[in-house]
Amino acid sequence: MRMASVASPVLARRWEGFKKAWYKFSRNPVSVVGLVFVLGVSFLAVFAPQVSPYPSSAGKYVNFSEASQPPSLKHLFGTDVFGRDVLSRIFFGFRYSLMMGVVVLSLVVVPGVVLGLVAGYYRGTWIDTVIMRVTDIFLAVPPLILALAICAVLTPSVFNAMMAVSLMWWPWYTRLVYGLASSLRNEYFVQAAEVTGASRGHILFREILPNCVSSIFTKMSLDMGWVILIGSALSFVGLGAQPPIPDLGTMVADGAKYLPDQWWIAIFPALAIMVTVLGFNLIGDGFRDLFALEEV
Amino acid sequence: MAETLLGIDGLHVQFKVYEGRLRVLNGVRMTVQGGQRVGLVGEAGCGKTTTMRCVLRILPIPPGKITKGRILFQGRDVLKLGGQAMQRVRGHGISMIFQDPTAALNPVFTVGDQLMSVIRYGSRQDLSRKEIRERALGVLREVKLPDAERIFTNYPVQLSGGMRQRVCIAMALSTEPELLIADEPTTSLDVTIQDQVLRLLNELVDRHGTAVIFITHSLGVVRELADWVYVMYAGGIVEDARKQDLFDRPLHPYTLGLMDALPKLTGGGIPEGISGRIPDYLDPPTGCRFHPRCPQAMAVCSASRPARMGQGDNHGVACFLFGGETDD
Amino acid sequence: MTEPILRLEELRKFFVTSRGTVRAVDEVSFAVGEGETLGLVGESGSGKSTVAYTVVGLQAPTSGAIRFRGQDISRPVSKRPKRLKRSIQIVFQDPGTSLNSRRTIQQILELPLRVHHLGSRRERKTQVADLLARVELPTDYMYKSPHMLGGGERQMVAIARAVATNPDLVILDEPTSALDVSIQAKIINMLIAFQKEMNLSYLFITHDLSLMRNVASRVAIMYLGKLCEVAPTEEFFLRPLHPYTKMLLSSIPVVLPEEEALKPKKITSEGEIPSPVNVPPGCGFHTRCLEAKGGCSQAIPGMVEVGPNHLVRCHQFRSEPQTVQGGISA
Repeated sequence: MRMASVASPVLARRWEGFKKAWYKFSRNPVSVVGLVFVLGVSFLAVFAPQVSPYPSSAGKYVNFSEASQPPSLKHLFGTDVFGRDVLSRIFFGFRYSLMMGVVVLSLVVVPGVVLGLVAGYYRGTWIDTVIMRVTDIFLAVPPLILALAICAVLTPSVFNAMMAVSLMWWPWYTRLVYGLASSLRNEYFVQAAEVTGASRGHILFREILPNCVSSIFTKMSLDMGWVILIGSALSFVGLGAQPPIPDLGTMVADGAKYLPDQWWIAIFPALAIMVTVLGFNLIGDGFRDLFALEEV
Repeated sequence: MAETLLGIDGLHVQFKVYEGRLRVLNGVRMTVQGGQRVGLVGEAGCGKTTTMRCVLRILPIPPGKITKGRILFQGRDVLKLGGQAMQRVRGHGISMIFQDPTAALNPVFTVGDQLMSVIRYGSRQDLSRKEIRERALGVLREVKLPDAERIFTNYPVQLSGGMRQRVCIAMALSTEPELLIADEPTTSLDVTIQDQVLRLLNELVDRHGTAVIFITHSLGVVRELADWVYVMYAGGIVEDARKQDLFDRPLHPYTLGLMDALPKLTGGGIPEGISGRIPDYLDPPTGCRFHPRCPQAMAVCSASRPARMGQGDNHGVACFLFGGETDD
Repeated sequence: MTEPILRLEELRKFFVTSRGTVRAVDEVSFAVGEGETLGLVGESGSGKSTVAYTVVGLQAPTSGAIRFRGQDISRPVSKRPKRLKRSIQIVFQDPGTSLNSRRTIQQILELPLRVHHLGSRRERKTQVADLLARVELPTDYMYKSPHMLGGGERQMVAIARAVATNPDLVILDEPTSALDVSIQAKIINMLIAFQKEMNLSYLFITHDLSLMRNVASRVAIMYLGKLCEVAPTEEFFLRPLHPYTKMLLSSIPVVLPEEEALKPKKITSEGEIPSPVNVPPGCGFHTRCLEAKGGCSQAIPGMVEVGPNHLVRCHQFRSEPQTVQGGISA
């Protein structure tokens, strides 16, 4: 720490900022649990090929001699009807779940937020009306139905599932930021920037947006959970990942047929989904604390 | 009239934050007699609101922590009371009104609803709905709100700032407390309305025999309202006196500084103000907390904390200029 | 006589709401001379803040003219030329919300410099350090965020931001109302020093009359959108004429017996300040005026000059046959 402060005051400040951020985040032990879950799942997803005991189980693989084995020391979570190791498939399944969440949010957050900022700043004008009515139309459609419809019309695949979910997800961000931006635009500091002569871009992105970040990040972490669930639901009904891709939802769907005798084939993937979603939800609370301003 | 209603004795409070512990209150001592009007004057951050929160036990306990001291209300230590007993103290015994009446009133309930629920929960007897309503209307009339029946059905947003504050006063007095704590109740009001509200408070307090602790940063307001004044700085009481004695003969260098720093209606330019800044509670000055800013500081001032020395019956000051005793 | 730096001519700002028309600013005319401090006093609904906001461009006037150095600038900020925004600045009342807590002090102070291209990127950091030094704040405050500072310090940053572009006119909207007395003294002294240094003109809005007495060279008082009285400071406090001025002066809590003696005899007001949606007919103050007579509810009094630079709008004063526009005699 001392080296950092001698080497560069900028680094020292960044490090101090990081420590303080951790302090705020970790006030609530539950958030830390969430972080552990998420980091764990991410690690397993990234290093699935290296960490899984039977990486070949993730692809086209059959070994009927090992099929439908209950959990044992050899296969911690058992095997499915094709003889594939459930644990390894779960690790690879995390990849698809996380990818779903990351891709959808990457596609959705930026346009949604920008539209919300613009609509909120120009509240009361035609810009606001146009943007928000379009948003309302998208919000009026039940999300899962829309996703199902899109996937049914197009060929079912992971890619199409992600597109479908993205298409009905962006309005939520617009709504969220619209509310924040329209009240923030009347704050004195925004008016001070206007009086100074700052450009619209500056006001939207450097004055208003930083004050929305807390809500946006909290929503994003909760959304990860939702997107993963919806993705799993789509796969469950056969409209998302197609076999033999080890998607967690598909695994649950396939394994459901064998309940309750070969329970491990469905239950473990379901628990994996739960742990992932729970982890992101718990982090959401932590984000809120993280971005809170300390009262002096 | 002469029994001590409230006695705060040696109150020490700390707050835990990222950087360490804020030692906010440093041995606060205060007494309020029955029916007495006490003014508590101090600048932002001196600890006056924190002290009052301790009296009502509404201080958020982590991160806050009462490390030492007693608060005796009608002879019982409030800090040691259980939940139920404390609930009875709040409302019946002690009531509070706050600086921002808009924030103190719930915007989605009518004035009447809020007033009635305060009366219902705060009343010593079991009252019928009709009796509660009558009492609510009565207390609205008492605070001189015109057309009490209409105000009863209004929402807070339909009232002006002064009217909302009157509603808060009505709520606070409806439970007939022995002590009313008013935390900067007129700071957010216009000057002419402030004048009205202060006069109203004076009248009500006289009529009901309630004691009042009036917190403010304005010496001018205190001069209009109080019988006895406590001057607070950085978590401790530096001077207390009967009002006239304080204004005729202020003793503590901080009090003198405060009075000097006020621009005068008679002109004379803008005064210098008190040099320095309020202390950092993480690492407060040793000894007397005012010594770094005090024009008359002596060597002993940084070494130990001065105790309150009486200067006659009606004046007390915690300063080594007036006596040699130290405090713990 | 040199052209006043700011002149308001029959300025009107009305808001149309569902409850009726709010006559926030109604025919206000006054002028501020170069290097002068004009104090503007009033309670809720008086319109003083709306006047400030129209001058600075946060509101567009409904009618009337705002002249800056003779030029008509009665337009909202978005339609004003950029160099105008260098010359007219504002310090807001609430230091808690006038600085963006999500930005550092350095970023906040660099903004006006960046927008008006005052110095290169490298130079700006030094300029920010200079600004902080001028308001007597330590240089490393640059890296802090506003919420880590006390109210007084935040206000000093707000002032530094306002003077960063070397403006000509600064609107001060209750700059010390939220602050303690000892900090107030420091800030006001700083403002006075800046005024001398940079030949600034101030439009100083406050409800604190004791402060006004020691800061302003002339004082104007407003009630429900209209100017009631304008006078040089000493005249305003020693010989107040308008009944509202007298009522306000008599209500201020003061500390010294000499101050108490200066106040007009106590005029206790009952009743609320009317809302500017429902301005009483005739003279807006007549409902609370203890000197009101029959004619007061019939006609709006005109602004009348009753002494050198002393104007009053009250039916009691009709000594001069013609009415004169408020401010420095044109």
